[in-house]
Amino acid sequence: MNNEAVGILVVDDEFSVRDSLYNWFKTEGYRADTAEGGMEALKKLQESPWDIVLVDIKMPGMDGMELQRHIKKIDSGIVVIVITAYATVDTAVEAMKEGAYDYLSKPVDPDKLSILIRNAVNQRRLVAENLQLRQKVEELSLQDEIVGESPQIKKILEMIDTVAKTDATVMIRGESGTGKELVAQALHSKSNRRYFPIISINCGAFPEGLLESELFGHEKGAFTGAQYKRKGKLEMANGGTIFFDEIGNITMKMQMDLLRVIETKQFTPLGSNKVVNVDFRVVAATNTDLEKKVAEKEFREDLYYRLNVFSIQLPPLRERPADIPLIARYFLEKYARSMNKKVTDISPESMKVLVQYDWPGNIRELRNTIERALVVVGKKNRIEVDDLNLLFLPKTEPLGRNSLEEVEKAHIKRILEQSEWNISRSAEILKIDRVTLYNKIKKYDLQR
Amino acid sequence: MSYIDIVPIGEIEDALLLHLQQSIFQTFRIQTRIRNRQFDLSSVYDPVRDQYNSTGLLLQLINDTSPETLRILGVTELDLFIPIFTFLFGEAQLNGKGALVSTHRLHNQFYGIPENKELLRIRLLKEGIHELGHTFGLIHCFTLRCVMKSSTYVEEIDQKSTNFCKECEQEVLRVRDGKNL
Repeated sequence: MNNEAVGILVVDDEFSVRDSLYNWFKTEGYRADTAEGGMEALKKLQESPWDIVLVDIKMPGMDGMELQRHIKKIDSGIVVIVITAYATVDTAVEAMKEGAYDYLSKPVDPDKLSILIRNAVNQRRLVAENLQLRQKVEELSLQDEIVGESPQIKKILEMIDTVAKTDATVMIRGESGTGKELVAQALHSKSNRRYFPIISINCGAFPEGLLESELFGHEKGAFTGAQYKRKGKLEMANGGTIFFDEIGNITMKMQMDLLRVIETKQFTPLGSNKVVNVDFRVVAATNTDLEKKVAEKEFREDLYYRLNVFSIQLPPLRERPADIPLIARYFLEKYARSMNKKVTDISPESMKVLVQYDWPGNIRELRNTIERALVVVGKKNRIEVDDLNLLFLPKTEPLGRNSLEEVEKAHIKRILEQSEWNISRSAEILKIDRVTLYNKIKKYDLQR
Repeated sequence: MSYIDIVPIGEIEDALLLHLQQSIFQTFRIQTRIRNRQFDLSSVYDPVRDQYNSTGLLLQLINDTSPETLRILGVTELDLFIPIFTFLFGEAQLNGKGALVSTHRLHNQFYGIPENKELLRIRLLKEGIHELGHTFGLIHCFTLRCVMKSSTYVEEIDQKSTNFCKECEQEVLRVRDGKNL
């Protein structure tokens, strides 16, 4: 962190203090600003990011202690240094208890201030680095692997190995939840760009204007709400990979802008007149029928061909049932570890249910099912059918290979759940009388 | 012709001023001259601190310059302060015209050790060039021997040289040549 990157805000009601500290910080090369009181300081803190705030304790209106509490609410990582002309141990202790980094009593020794600021900058940098590393570790621990031994998945792994080291644009196709982002990450981590970031953007999650600002970034004041300059995802992906998820959902205008960026590797942030040069690899994904969209003129043909250089089609989970036990065990181990549970197995009956289920939500649904099962499993050391909650999902088809009794039990339980255990309504839906329903509940030991 | 004016505030030894004048010319390659002026010291004196307000003195310094004055450096024996700091070696306007330097805490005697005139001469030169450097837009430099390295105690002044590092020098030349001297 060079000094220019460090923002220091001086809050003091005395002009001479503000002015002299401002000048001193400027000559030290810091980005500095001043505020006359608490309200002005809070406004400035919301307008742009600050690393260190020097706060005078005694100020009319909002005093330094109150301001410090507000600052910590805005960003607990901001280093607050309290300045006081009334240096007493009490005020210093109180300020430190409230989270102040240190305190200074007026007048300040220049060398003391110099050392204090240097240490505060280091502290701020260490906190930021620590946070970044924690996020990285979290990301790495949450990152899934491509699991499976079916011929379909082996072919996909081969395709990833073949194309990863090239800079070719890759289009990943597949139903929702089939692991398109995972493939994009695998392509990135096996590429020569792996030491640079992979930036994902869900194109379907942003309205047009926002997607534009998210991708290209903007200057301060470029539009209402653009309170300060922000780097776009394209710039953040420089050197690495940009992953456009749900590419089929972008507007025609955005398609045109994107095509230009992909072809020229240049763009201009909103509200700026400076052209930014970038170098990234493009990976896109969609679960929509892009060919149909092209035919219906809803997706630009030139962009389609630009993106579809190499295509990877991910099969739905129901088409590779042989992989289900492997994937289920993978998630079991992963979540048991993260939840600190001693669950080591999935019962054969449960596995049978998992394999027979058609998984409309694909791997994502399987992952959620296992994660949920681990929450409800209690003190058991293996997952049983009751922990799965699959039979009660409305999209579940009756289990074709189960006995009539099993299907009946599941169906009655599902209807009871849907009607919130209203016996009359359930009996009406099932077209049986209430006594029969009570008997069935007793027979199958159904419980709320 | 444009000058860097060197202005004594109170009593300053002639030899010290002459050395400063010559060295500043050699450093900045801008003509220098010594100009004597009157200052209202009572208005910047703080009896509680027994020190002189540096910012007030700097204002007096820049309020009375000639059209040929490109930069102005005040040199004083007075102990300077600004309200937030206990003391200052000097003060300058970043990208401005005026700079001020005090010899008060540059004397060895101030620290209870025998006076060393040669050391005083060099310290004054370093601080004079340093403060003038700020008027050319230079901020504090991280290069160990560069004269623009920040010094908050006198030993730090002794550690740096009287010269700008390459980058700071280029910046001074850029600003200086932009003025069409």
